[in-house]
Amino acid sequence: MAAGPMRMRATLGAGYTDVRVLMSHPMETGQRKGSDGKLIPLHFIQNVTVKVNGKTVVEGQISQAISRNPVFSFRIKGGAKGDKIEVSWLDNQGETNSTETAVA
Amino acid sequence: MRAVTCGVMLALAPSPALAQQSPYAEYQRMTAENAPTELFELEGEEIWKKRQGPKNVSLERCDLGEGPGVLKGAYAHLPRYFADADRVMDLEARLLHCMMSLQGRSREEATKRVFGNADRGSEMEVLSAYVARHSNGMPLRPGIRHPKERASYELGQKIFFHRAGPWDFSCASCHGEEGKRIRMSELPVLYKPEFARPLMATWPAYRVSSSKIVTLQWRMNDCYRQMRMPEPDFGSETTVALIHFMTVTARGESYRGPAIKR
Amino acid sequence: MFVKRRGLLKAAGALGALLAAGLLRPIAALAATWNKEAFAAKSAADALKSLGAAGAEASGAIAIEAPQIAENGAVVPIEILSNIPGTTSIAVLIEKNPFPLAGRFDFMEGALAFVKLNVKMGETSDVRAVATAGGKSYTATKEIKVTIGGCGG
Repeated sequence: MAAGPMRMRATLGAGYTDVRVLMSHPMETGQRKGSDGKLIPLHFIQNVTVKVNGKTVVEGQISQAISRNPVFSFRIKGGAKGDKIEVSWLDNQGETNSTETAVA
Repeated sequence: MRAVTCGVMLALAPSPALAQQSPYAEYQRMTAENAPTELFELEGEEIWKKRQGPKNVSLERCDLGEGPGVLKGAYAHLPRYFADADRVMDLEARLLHCMMSLQGRSREEATKRVFGNADRGSEMEVLSAYVARHSNGMPLRPGIRHPKERASYELGQKIFFHRAGPWDFSCASCHGEEGKRIRMSELPVLYKPEFARPLMATWPAYRVSSSKIVTLQWRMNDCYRQMRMPEPDFGSETTVALIHFMTVTARGESYRGPAIKR
Repeated sequence: MFVKRRGLLKAAGALGALLAAGLLRPIAALAATWNKEAFAAKSAADALKSLGAAGAEASGAIAIEAPQIAENGAVVPIEILSNIPGTTSIAVLIEKNPFPLAGRFDFMEGALAFVKLNVKMGETSDVRAVATAGGKSYTATKEIKVTIGGCGG
């Protein structure tokens, strides 16, 4: 499955910016059988990186135990309208995707 | 991960006290806040704007009841009567109508894959999510004034209680009495407003066990399958009447979809 | 190890474009930062040892928000906030999962020690959050009951 759409919302909260990011990814555990009866290979996001104005603020390492089509929320200290937030991911098969948005 | 099979129903057992405070309320609230429905809405927007069919046009001039291309409030006011088709339609029947009339697509082609799967949702599913999003926060007000709307509501009510099929089932067999459940799923009494309201306010939804959007047409189809009845046609008078009946029963409820369901 | 050539070529293309756009560091650097040992651990204790967070001290300053009962173990929303000053990372473990470590998040200057995520749970289990601050580790748990749903909705 090719990298699907990725969507993000960054909204100013009370003293922090809430960053909510939705990723399209099967997050296969390697335990599931396909319609052909064969095991679907392990395929999951391993790394998630959050950057604010080009500077990395969160580095996440995750496993196949994260739900299919992952949704994450992070909190950035302070933040101002127009700040550039970028989230990218890398999976165990070398596939990658990223998205960026400005703080609203 | 154990697969959830939805084959033979177990005996309908009385459920633990169906209190106002469902034990799953917290789960439902938290999953709704963290639901991946936006991804499907985005896909739906793409399909809405995509030129297709022999006429090579998009669905952007489709009239869902509020005027050509008007999305706001459209879902909350369905099902309703449409003069150009001279019948009551729900969202999916109306989308099909637009695919055929605006885009020139055949019914066969447009309904070839109405229900998707975990790897890929269907056009109807993602379109439903996209359209429904534009009614979020608005009260459900399906059509009820036109004679055909009245007739559709009454037909839906009749069908709801009509027993048929090899098991002599009606919708009411499962959804007609309080305190029933199938395994751990509480069965709402859908002809009563207090149960219909939270239900109709949360379709279409992202169904966790299918990893995709599920719609009311899908739900009708699947219920018929579970009752061992013949498969209803997509957007048929029967399915629309049932959906109409339940939506009218839920009238006034604030729509809060697309939602998330187990 | 079976290597899918098509997958690699596809990845090279996608990555090439992203690298050219300056959006990603080279794979090698990123791949090195996935703690294979910790994620392969079959017990929470072993995972924490691999993370260098063994012997974590119980703390009431780590807030775990999660439903008491999850209808479906495929999507269980969990929110963790560490109120311990100077928290630099949070690890999330599902004790009864075959591989308990679900994720580990490092927070640099500019981020709060907070994460909300959806996890898969095979059965009723404790969810454990481990926060690291100033070289020390702290932990809190919360039990989440998981029911496998029936056929409805």
